[in-house]
Amino acid sequence: MISRAFEFLARRIDGPLMAALALTLALGITVVYSASGGGDFSRVFSQGRNLAVAFVALWVFAHIHPQVLMRLALPAYVVGLVLLLGVALFGEIRLGARRWLNLGFTTVQPSEVMKIAVPLMLAWYFHRREEGLRARDFAIAGVILALPVGLIVRQPDLGTAVLVFASGFFVIFLAGLSWKIMIAAGAAGGASLPFLWTMLHDYQRKRVLTLLDPSQDPLGAGYHIIQSTIAIGSGGILGKGWLNGTQAQLDFVPERSTDFILAVFGEEFGLAGNIVLIVLYLLIIVRGLMIAANASTVFSRLAAGAITLTFFTYAFVNMGMVSGILPVVGVPLPMISYGGTALLSMLAGFGILMSIATHKQLVSS
Amino acid sequence: MMVGQALRDQQRELTVFRSRLMLAGLGIVVAFGILLGRFAWLQVVQREYYHTLAEANRISVVPVVPNRGLILDRNGEVLAANYSAYTLEITPSRVPNVERAIDELAGVIEVSARDRRRFRKLQEESKNFESLPIRTRLTEEEVARFAVNRYRFPGFEIKARLFRSYPQGEVASHAIGYIGRINDADVKRIDDAGLATNYKGTDHIGKLGIEGAYERELHGTTGSEQVEIDAGGRAIRALARQEPVSGNNLVVTLDLKLQKIAEAAFGDYKGALVAIDPRNGEVLALVSRPGFDPNLFVDGIDPQNWDALNNSPDKPLNNRALRGQYPPGSTVKPFMALAALEYKKRSPEFSIGDPGFFTLAGVAHRYRDWKKGGHGTVNMHKSIVVSCDTYYYGLATEMGIDAIHEFLTRFGFGQRSGIDIEGELAGLAPSQEWKQQRFKQKWYAGDTVSVGIGQGYLLATPVQLATAVAGLANGGIPVKPHLLKAVQDSKTRQTREVENPVAEGKPVVKDTNLALIRAAMVDVTKPGGTASAAFAGAPYLTAAKTGTAQVVGMKQNEKYDEKRLKREHWDHALFVAFAPADNPTIALAILAENGQHGASTAGPIARQVFDYYLLKKEVPVKPPPPPPEDDTGDDEHD
Repeated sequence: MISRAFEFLARRIDGPLMAALALTLALGITVVYSASGGGDFSRVFSQGRNLAVAFVALWVFAHIHPQVLMRLALPAYVVGLVLLLGVALFGEIRLGARRWLNLGFTTVQPSEVMKIAVPLMLAWYFHRREEGLRARDFAIAGVILALPVGLIVRQPDLGTAVLVFASGFFVIFLAGLSWKIMIAAGAAGGASLPFLWTMLHDYQRKRVLTLLDPSQDPLGAGYHIIQSTIAIGSGGILGKGWLNGTQAQLDFVPERSTDFILAVFGEEFGLAGNIVLIVLYLLIIVRGLMIAANASTVFSRLAAGAITLTFFTYAFVNMGMVSGILPVVGVPLPMISYGGTALLSMLAGFGILMSIATHKQLVSS
Repeated sequence: MMVGQALRDQQRELTVFRSRLMLAGLGIVVAFGILLGRFAWLQVVQREYYHTLAEANRISVVPVVPNRGLILDRNGEVLAANYSAYTLEITPSRVPNVERAIDELAGVIEVSARDRRRFRKLQEESKNFESLPIRTRLTEEEVARFAVNRYRFPGFEIKARLFRSYPQGEVASHAIGYIGRINDADVKRIDDAGLATNYKGTDHIGKLGIEGAYERELHGTTGSEQVEIDAGGRAIRALARQEPVSGNNLVVTLDLKLQKIAEAAFGDYKGALVAIDPRNGEVLALVSRPGFDPNLFVDGIDPQNWDALNNSPDKPLNNRALRGQYPPGSTVKPFMALAALEYKKRSPEFSIGDPGFFTLAGVAHRYRDWKKGGHGTVNMHKSIVVSCDTYYYGLATEMGIDAIHEFLTRFGFGQRSGIDIEGELAGLAPSQEWKQQRFKQKWYAGDTVSVGIGQGYLLATPVQLATAVAGLANGGIPVKPHLLKAVQDSKTRQTREVENPVAEGKPVVKDTNLALIRAAMVDVTKPGGTASAAFAGAPYLTAAKTGTAQVVGMKQNEKYDEKRLKREHWDHALFVAFAPADNPTIALAILAENGQHGASTAGPIARQVFDYYLLKKEVPVKPPPPPPEDDTGDDEHD
């Protein structure tokens, strides 16, 4: 009875990936507990609820056949794009950014949906054009990617824009975009940097400038970076011990349970903890790349590869910004940071990975 | 063919995909490598640096203010003490609208108009981020009431603080002084003295009197506490503590009981009294009337009280004992006589016939004696006993001003007595040189004549007179009056006595000469002497001299008529004395402003002070009689 229930639950679950995810999430909960001051379980419980919801999403997505997902890609993308347009026209402004859309019964943040919808859409597009891709296909792919990214940048939400762009770019990259075009685009991008600079909002420019020299604004924008670097640096090799980080526990680290949770982790667990975390991330990524490499359709391959690489981007951007080598862009540390939305979209993505991993024999005819 | 092409394409696509995947994997390894490098840099190489920064973040050193030393009288009576009380303080920079917040506060606890005025004055004088008291001495109930409403008042804080209190109120206020909030000038002085560290956290400082002069003894050494603070600056817990060292207690030379009796003896008169132990210079009583309540200054005085004190015609803030410069009048005569003996300008037996006036050779002007018709035949002894003016007009003229200047300087005239509190003025012992410098004028013979009876340019403060008289009392040894008797460690109670500065002194006059003067001064208080009424029946011998100092000048033929003068133009009454005359333990000088008659106004004050000091007799304090309606006393009027 129990074994049958287990079998029912685990039928579409990839064991190694699940194990790595579970370890990372368990670590995350411990750090959230510490980041909420210790002795206060409310955030831990709330994060447990988020996890439960996210695992349901993972399980559901793992059971959706990749071909069904492929069919859902276009509608999901179109709906997402319409919602983004809705946001641009009728969106609610919170904290100075127009990111939320009030649908009457609930408010949604369509940019989150696009983190999954964009790579699926591009994978679907390349799958359809699999007989001989031409430059024109990549141009169209570029437009498919540029539309949502442009709308998200305008919100403005640089962090999400970077992630959505990355997820789409990885699909195009894996599909085989020629190096010539990539280098040309890179050069063009570099050349347009000064122009982009003028498009950025003041606070975004300030973040970039602050990254270059945090001491310029030690009480304002630089405060985040200065305090988080102090936290990490003072942790040393073995850390100050769980719940014993002075920077974290005395509130010097801002956003310590969300975007800057790595500062808490690095202070309390030191370099050793950081190595463990990077190894866990690597395990997840390696398993994801294996699933991608062994996937049987173009769509599956591209989707699995893009989801895995996007996960990496999350981790790298967050760790880079908290340790002071990338600008502060508001990206949570995947699987560790407190918060439900990112967790949900991430585990949904891993659900898709598992679906691809466990459905491949059935379509290989 | 088509299928083969498709398969080849598929194969090619897979190869591209896998190689791209490999490339991405390589990129990931490089990226994570960069991150690990960054972590190693921060957490291994720079670890010490960041560790220091983190400690500096969390540890804050806060000063622990020491308790201020107490001030006690010579018998251990408390003159200045501390008590702990709650204050409600506001940091104006943290309150958007201070006035409105105070209005709101008034609905919770009582805030009087005086509190508001005082707060506004403090606010003008302070920096915005300082915490300033709006209410002091809150009751437990008020503290509780505020605590409940605390959330409504950001930037307000209840603090338990030590307050200074002066339990004796006005008594001895000019000697004790007071403390007040540290102002910009104080900050500069503290900085210049290199004491800035020791004054961290301290917001009051001694301003006047003993509180001011012995600030260093009283303040103590500031301790410190290392506290762990959070990012909001709130203290979480104490890590280490260096205890402050309380300030030393000061035992002063004043005798509180004597001081009280002396002050009460003045009645409504303004004036000053300084009583000194002639054996060692200890100041037993230092009176300046009217006084003020030093408690008003402790929390910052409010403008209304300040104006009242500052603008009163009675000038209660003026320390008359140290800063009042008056003509010494006839009280200078014993010194003039002594000078004449020392300079051998007069023998004790030399007599004059006093016609009631004196004239300089070749000048018509008559210098009148206070007694119409004169005192008859007057020798030196009689000149002191009856306070003959004519005798001294001639004596001074013969000695010349420079000899007078030199001699008076020996007894401390014209220079600060060196009493150990601040603000003393020097008085004036004139000389030819002085007049030349001051007025670019030569000294006239007529100038010397009035100096002979303690008028003219001659000016002395009460503390100077008392010091000079103490010199007569102790055999001619100059004394340095001082208020500090001993310094007591507030913890160990170990007491360090202030050394006795008289012991090494040498007499500045001949013993035999001094004996003559003292004998004459004793007869002043005996029947026939000018102060006989005040000392009738005293079981001890008193040596004294009365004096009267003109406030307004008289024309040649004008008669002094108090009924035609405003009270503030009435003569000042002076009195100097020491007792017991054969072995003096107390010497004093009294000045009663507009008291008119040294003997009848100031004499009884001296009698009460001596009776208490020598006999421990506490007669119900009897204020001196109001000035008599007509001028028929048996006392002198010079």
